[in-house]
Amino acid sequence: MMALTRDQLAQRVAQEFKHGYYVNLGIGIPTLAANFVPDGMDVMLQSENGLLGMGRFPLDDEVDADLINAGKQTVTMVPGASIFSSAESFAMIRGGHVDLTVLGAFEVDCQGNIASYMIPGKLIKGMGGAMDLVAGADNIIVTMTHASKHGDSKLLNRCTLPLTGKNCIKRVLTDLALMDIEDGKFILRERAPGVSVEDIVKLTAGELVVPDEVPEMNL
Amino acid sequence: MSGFDKVVTSYEEAMAGLQDGMTVLAGGFGLCGIPENLIKEIKRKGTTALTVASNNCGTDDCGLGMLLVDKQIKKMIASYVGENALFETQMMSGELEVELTPQGTLAEKMRAGGAGIPGFYTATGYGTPVGEGKEVREFNGRNYILEEALQGDFSIAKAWKADRSGNLIFRMTARNFNPMVITAGKISVVEVEEIVEVGELDPDEIHLPGIYVDRLIQGTFEKTIEQRTVRSA
Repeated sequence: MMALTRDQLAQRVAQEFKHGYYVNLGIGIPTLAANFVPDGMDVMLQSENGLLGMGRFPLDDEVDADLINAGKQTVTMVPGASIFSSAESFAMIRGGHVDLTVLGAFEVDCQGNIASYMIPGKLIKGMGGAMDLVAGADNIIVTMTHASKHGDSKLLNRCTLPLTGKNCIKRVLTDLALMDIEDGKFILRERAPGVSVEDIVKLTAGELVVPDEVPEMNL
Repeated sequence: MSGFDKVVTSYEEAMAGLQDGMTVLAGGFGLCGIPENLIKEIKRKGTTALTVASNNCGTDDCGLGMLLVDKQIKKMIASYVGENALFETQMMSGELEVELTPQGTLAEKMRAGGAGIPGFYTATGYGTPVGEGKEVREFNGRNYILEEALQGDFSIAKAWKADRSGNLIFRMTARNFNPMVITAGKISVVEVEEIVEVGELDPDEIHLPGIYVDRLIQGTFEKTIEQRTVRSA
């Protein structure tokens, strides 16, 4: 079984971009998707700390402590970029002005619930902007690994961890599969190359509908 | 400091009146745009039992993290714990009370606090631990929770440039929470890199009017970078 690499996940995420999209990319794999924007396509990246039009990482001599992304990494700005306050940033997020949001998660369930900010007694990260993003955006893709390294499914009937958002996730991309969430079920849409439907079924704890045709991802 | 001249010349004067048990709002995102010298002054003063509202709590040895070392903070209102081990340790052990607040809700609570709006409804946090115990109201078939405004006894913030009357210009993403923080403080203290005479700033270029600023001080800044990330040429 060949799970997708981080870069391949990012590449599949980038296939959801459209010319003229304003996109918010979460920390980690979502951020990598910026490297796979097709030539000739204009996508404006929103960074929730108050930047629309985030560019590449700076050259060594371009580094500016006053210019960072939501992951606190130094970045640059593209021509046409704009800067604003955190209140304005979340007004555009909450107001539904961002076309696509991509973020990570610990668990997703077939009711569209997402858990991503804490594991009681073990890990407290905080939600940062994730709760606002999942509540404010209509078009959200969650990227995550399908199962833990112990083989426990992260795609559940009911999330076990504290929720980041309720009934808000409609599309999940894992290292094994692309799935939609409809009417309380996961619908298998695409398989990672070399991954069988059986592999996916085995590692999906939540209710999963397998259509007759499940094409391989085109990477 | 008199009339419209908001400039003070010492950090002691800038933070005069800060007392144990007060609520302090602090600007900054990570270590970007933090009022680093005002935080150092709070550390020097040794004020304790503070409630601090800020998106993050600095790192272990920088920014607001410095106030955790001597346990000057009783309660922290923040959206992200992330890279601060001391914060996580004190939170887990119960020494530090923490109100995890979604980032956009935190910004809006401060904005509302400065704008005379006592509360607002938002979908953010509905159905999650953040929404527990809060009033829920349905608008157009969707559920929203009531979030209350946030104000500080003191606000501490960083801007790039100011005139002596406190008109402010921020620089790049060091703006972040700073404007809302400044509007929501009973006493708002701002440190800047440069102070110019009144009339030198173009009124159209001012990001935040001086009406919100009580004290202004010019400082020098370390501007520590948390994640220096570069590409090769």
